[in-house]
Amino acid sequence: MNAMPKFSPADFASDQEVRWCPGCGDYSILKAVQRTLSQIGAKPENTVCVSGIGCSSRFPYYLETYGFHTIHGRAPAIATGVKLANPALDVWIVTGDGDGLSIGGNHMLHLLRRNLDCQVLLFNNEVYGLTKGQCSPTSRAGTRSPSTPYGSVERPINPCRFALGAGARFIARAYDVAQSRLPDILKRAHSHRGASFVEIYQNCIVYNDGAFEQFTGKKAAPDALLWLEAGKPMLFADGTKGLRLDRDGLKLEVVPVANRNSMAADVLVHDETNKSIAQLLIDMPFGSFPMALGVIYCDPTPSFDGAVIEQNHKAATGKLRDLNALLRRGDTWLVDDDVRIEIG
Amino acid sequence: MTIALTNPPVPGRMPSPAAPEAVVMRFAGDSGDGIQLTGGQFTLSTALAGNDLSTFPDFPAEIRAPQGTTFGVSAFQINFGSTSINTAGDAPDVLMAMNPAALKVNLAALRIGGLIIADTGAFDERNLEKAGYPSNPLQDLSLAPYQVIELDITRLTLEAVKPFGVSNREALRCKAMWALGLALWMFDRDRDPLIDSLQSKFGAKSDKLVEANIAALNAGHAYGETAEIGRPLKQITVRPAPMPPGLYRTVTGSETIALGLVAGSQLADLPMFLGSYPITPASPILHHLAKLKEYDVTAFQAEDEIAAICSAIGASYAGHLGVTSSSGPGVALKSEALGLAIMSELPLVVVNCQRGGPSTGLPTKTEQSDLYQAVYGRNGDAPLVVLAARSPSDCFDVAIEAVRLAVQFMTPVILLTDGYIANAAEPWRVPAMAAYQAFPTEFFSAVPAEGRINPYQRDPQTLKRVWIKPGTPGLTHRIGGIEKGFTTGEISYDPANHQKMTDTRKAKIDGIAQFIPEQEVSLGDPHGRLAVVGWGSTYGPIQQAVRRARARGADVSHIHLRYMWPLPRNLGPLLRNYQRILVPEMNTGQLKTVLRDQYLVDAKPLNKVSGQPFMIAEIEAAIAQALA
Repeated sequence: MNAMPKFSPADFASDQEVRWCPGCGDYSILKAVQRTLSQIGAKPENTVCVSGIGCSSRFPYYLETYGFHTIHGRAPAIATGVKLANPALDVWIVTGDGDGLSIGGNHMLHLLRRNLDCQVLLFNNEVYGLTKGQCSPTSRAGTRSPSTPYGSVERPINPCRFALGAGARFIARAYDVAQSRLPDILKRAHSHRGASFVEIYQNCIVYNDGAFEQFTGKKAAPDALLWLEAGKPMLFADGTKGLRLDRDGLKLEVVPVANRNSMAADVLVHDETNKSIAQLLIDMPFGSFPMALGVIYCDPTPSFDGAVIEQNHKAATGKLRDLNALLRRGDTWLVDDDVRIEIG
Repeated sequence: MTIALTNPPVPGRMPSPAAPEAVVMRFAGDSGDGIQLTGGQFTLSTALAGNDLSTFPDFPAEIRAPQGTTFGVSAFQINFGSTSINTAGDAPDVLMAMNPAALKVNLAALRIGGLIIADTGAFDERNLEKAGYPSNPLQDLSLAPYQVIELDITRLTLEAVKPFGVSNREALRCKAMWALGLALWMFDRDRDPLIDSLQSKFGAKSDKLVEANIAALNAGHAYGETAEIGRPLKQITVRPAPMPPGLYRTVTGSETIALGLVAGSQLADLPMFLGSYPITPASPILHHLAKLKEYDVTAFQAEDEIAAICSAIGASYAGHLGVTSSSGPGVALKSEALGLAIMSELPLVVVNCQRGGPSTGLPTKTEQSDLYQAVYGRNGDAPLVVLAARSPSDCFDVAIEAVRLAVQFMTPVILLTDGYIANAAEPWRVPAMAAYQAFPTEFFSAVPAEGRINPYQRDPQTLKRVWIKPGTPGLTHRIGGIEKGFTTGEISYDPANHQKMTDTRKAKIDGIAQFIPEQEVSLGDPHGRLAVVGWGSTYGPIQQAVRRARARGADVSHIHLRYMWPLPRNLGPLLRNYQRILVPEMNTGQLKTVLRDQYLVDAKPLNKVSGQPFMIAEIEAAIAQALA
């Protein structure tokens, strides 16, 4: 950013005492969001943060913007009303895996398919933190928790796959402590007109510590992460490996890359508008494949709020706004001293 | 509307053919027969003829139940007269039965001596069997207490529409139009406005189909004119009812709710946002408002009932008038969000168009069994305002009042109507908007000289908190569902603060009693032996029953509530002026319980939950018993 931000990250910090557990990944995300708001030149009064219920949903209290901490799972529905009432507001939804994909899954589906212009930050810690550690819809099969003492027998949902299936036109993935990358991804999400879905892996230090250590930790294998960049080859492991499309099997495969010559290895170049590749990137099983992070999919289409405003405007154009006339629409008749004189 | 007595029909005799005061007519047929459309058209012609009227559409929940069956019967009742009409009528004088099932379902309602016009063409063996008739009632003695005219409407209709080359199925669908034509002749009505209306309504569809329907209508009318049927089918003239001067139109409660909400939002100088999810019988409110974009109405069909109310709360938070409309099952889903609106103290109007319950209950039938839900039905101590409309006309004013209280007190308001009010039509003297006092909304925008904004600072009189729109510079703040600090609005778990906030929320709603009118007595003295206390759509039958009882010298009064919570400040003393209190309700005694709880009075219930409105006679009998 060349332009000097009018508000510093500190200006976006409220005077409320932050009450997440010490070491919670939410602190890092809060810092990244405050930095992002500063960098995009956001005005506090035009920024609204809407959340549901859960640890992540305390987020609005700590941002010096307008904020609405609502009820469990309903932030997308509340945000829809906020944005339709005042499209000039910059709406940020903060939710979690339980809030956004379990109790509020329906609202999330419809917000994404409608393409409401807003940013959805889904903090995925694969656990219910605020209610003390039950398994969540993103918890891995076999997860032992107070509600699944013998291990969860459910199959988890992949948030980005859900978003893509719902029709989201912007899907990105990051993790809490990726401070060098997260603000840039949030800036991209903000600049996208329409619903921007950002899944952020977030470490719950109390109930699910280390859940993402395999790719976020300092000791994680160097080939665990693939940061996607538009127009750039999908390289990882310090450029020694890449992703190639097996065109016969329609699946991705990891190929060695010699001498940084990705073209020779037929490594895919990231096209953010390619939905099929986005699907494959989201579905890659971690372990045999790296974890794809960054902007996975971005293919803008007109936003819901824009379409509503446009239709409202079009339908109202040329029509008289006369309440008395409206009340008198249709078949009417006049009674004058008990004698009917006219049929209208 | 002025109140006058409709003479009860004398048993065993048609109303005087010369000019009866009122006639109750019921059209009944298969749900696919177009009975509701026919009824609507007959209502229009009745209104244009200057009669006062009240209608009662009664149809099954299934869109097309199996043909010829009793559960597929759709009926439309209209009571019209030259005096004031308050109800759709206790017992029809005339029943137009388009098939055996329609006769079977509706015969019990017909008054003894009433007239049955039956389509003999539909009384074949198959239809008789489907209706469960062991023998043809037109041929045995079972209809002896009534007058019967047998017409082969099926054949007459088929002949009338033959020249238009429509299919047999389409031709049979014109039967109801033939019946309508005959009805128009019976009551000496002008056909032209209906023909115009049919042409403008269906002109876009197949021309020959419209022409065939009009031909059927004309044929039915011509049949009445020319056929020598003799008694008892005679032309009857019901003279125009005296009505206060003014411009009138026919409205249903759904229309007046929509119009009242628009009027209210304009008086409040606010754009309106409706979040709604389809549900019987509330959907027409969404349909009406979706068309009114030029009045700053955004109508949003949400993904579910919860999103419907939540989007409305979001819109209110952003500075619109948030509205959501539904019926009981939908309102049940909204209750957690209602708590949020109470906690965040945002204006919100929730229309509950009540239907038979519990669960899915009777979607198309009327009931008023959601009073407990409205007044008490939330977690926590969660007071809000509850209003109830008594008639389609009344919906307009009550909707405006709901908006006024919502924005002036920053509170959710539940407006109760019911399936009967939503669908019933009556003449409405169209008001002039200049007669309504505006209540323009003031958003708070003053940046405090020092320190931060306190979003829960209150007006000392009304206790309403300030309404600050996001986008207002210098006033950024956070609100939410967790208990708020008394003025700061910040999260507070302080025990004393929770006590204070709970008390304040209650005091705010209780205090609204000082800003609403005192309870008036609708009819009768403000003291005496018996008060009949009602709310909602029971207004018509209670009013007429009390009028009749008073005409016989009974010491009885009618009190009808609009403000269900808080109750009017004088209601307790007023009720204590009567020796006895009777509360007729289409539930098992919900207002009765509230009155007993609030005033320790011995309110006695009169309950009906059959999905049908009260009959005047039922309330009359209860009055007589209470005074015995």
